[in-house]
Amino acid sequence: MNCELSATTLHGYFDGELDAVRAAEFEKHMASCANCQASLKGLRSLRVGLQKADLYQGASIRLRSKIAEELGSQGRGSSRKWKSFLVPALSMVILLIAVWAAVITQHRAYSVRLQAELIDAHVRSLQPGHLTDVQSTDQHTVKPWFDGKLDFIPPVGDFSAQGFPLLGGRLDVIEGRNVAALVYGRRKHLINLFVWPEGKDPAVSGEGSRQGYNWLSWRAGDMQFCLVSDVSLTDLRELQQLVQH
Amino acid sequence: MLPAQDKTRFEQLVLPHVDAAVNLARWLLRNPEDAEDVAQEAVLRAYRFFSGFRGGDARAWLLQIVRNSCYTWLEKRMPAESVMEFNEELHQVASPNPETIAVQVSDRAKLKAALESLPVRAREVIVLRELEGCSYKEISEVAGIPIGTVMSTLSRAREKLAQILGGNAAKEASNEL
Repeated sequence: MNCELSATTLHGYFDGELDAVRAAEFEKHMASCANCQASLKGLRSLRVGLQKADLYQGASIRLRSKIAEELGSQGRGSSRKWKSFLVPALSMVILLIAVWAAVITQHRAYSVRLQAELIDAHVRSLQPGHLTDVQSTDQHTVKPWFDGKLDFIPPVGDFSAQGFPLLGGRLDVIEGRNVAALVYGRRKHLINLFVWPEGKDPAVSGEGSRQGYNWLSWRAGDMQFCLVSDVSLTDLRELQQLVQH
Repeated sequence: MLPAQDKTRFEQLVLPHVDAAVNLARWLLRNPEDAEDVAQEAVLRAYRFFSGFRGGDARAWLLQIVRNSCYTWLEKRMPAESVMEFNEELHQVASPNPETIAVQVSDRAKLKAALESLPVRAREVIVLRELEGCSYKEISEVAGIPIGTVMSTLSRAREKLAQILGGNAAKEASNEL
């Protein structure tokens, strides 16, 4: 190895940056090169001198605490930003809950009002001459009768065989809307089945009693159904099954 | 701003190297007070850019930011300093006196003065290698120069330093043999 070319090799060797092959080559060269041996010794004494001279200046405690303070304040800054995001977000959540609660309340109010109207309609239908507009036990007479009177066709079935004979049908008005009312008999009792197409109003489903009458509501397809009668809920559920099939 | 887990990561990876940041700034600026200010600013800059840290050598990453801050600082205050390339003739010193070299090398004030008299680009490789113990690869990352340039700059810087300290240190060492 030419000594002229080995200046950076010498430093690389001294710094432990040569790969094993080049390091071995340099060591071989150095064994017979007093110049390189001396240079290496010089480099060592320089390094030792620099290290012994204690020239390293670390961070002061003051700087460390300043940095910690700055990082902390930037952290707080971000948490402030987080809060400024959180407040509108929480307000939005509260608003949504309020709207949801209002919708629920309104829905409940609508549902209660609807049941009251349906029961009134049922009671009204029991007045003489009010029960049916078309009096027939034949579903093929009742169903066409609605044609042209309503903008929908209610499903009409006769369930005489199951103890729910079809007695007839009429038009009724519930919540300002035309609905089909089908009248079924159950022993000596009467059952009104109100049917109307689902509109903008929320679906009403469930069952209950009011003013001594039982009611059973459900939604199927795009139709809303409601049974009202003084017969038991069990009977109403049985009729519901028949209407659904 | 950084999420909390990034702040913790910054504290674990980068803050241990604040000493290295101050030391590099101190030798590049040759002023202990300014060094603390520039190092502080650089650490906070590092914090802001921490999301851009892709992992790897956190010390080299921080020192690179410190170095850039120092060069900006130098360019503002002493434009001649930062543009000055390593110039052999600029630092020619009187012939060494071999007898005094051993004393000089152990003399802190002389070493400090000698190191400070080096051009900034020579000074930074000496500081990174001899005081900070950086590998060539790390120096290349910090200074943004190829490893080959690190090697040649470092060897010239050492020779220059030895020369300032009273001649060729290697020659001095050979005299001691």
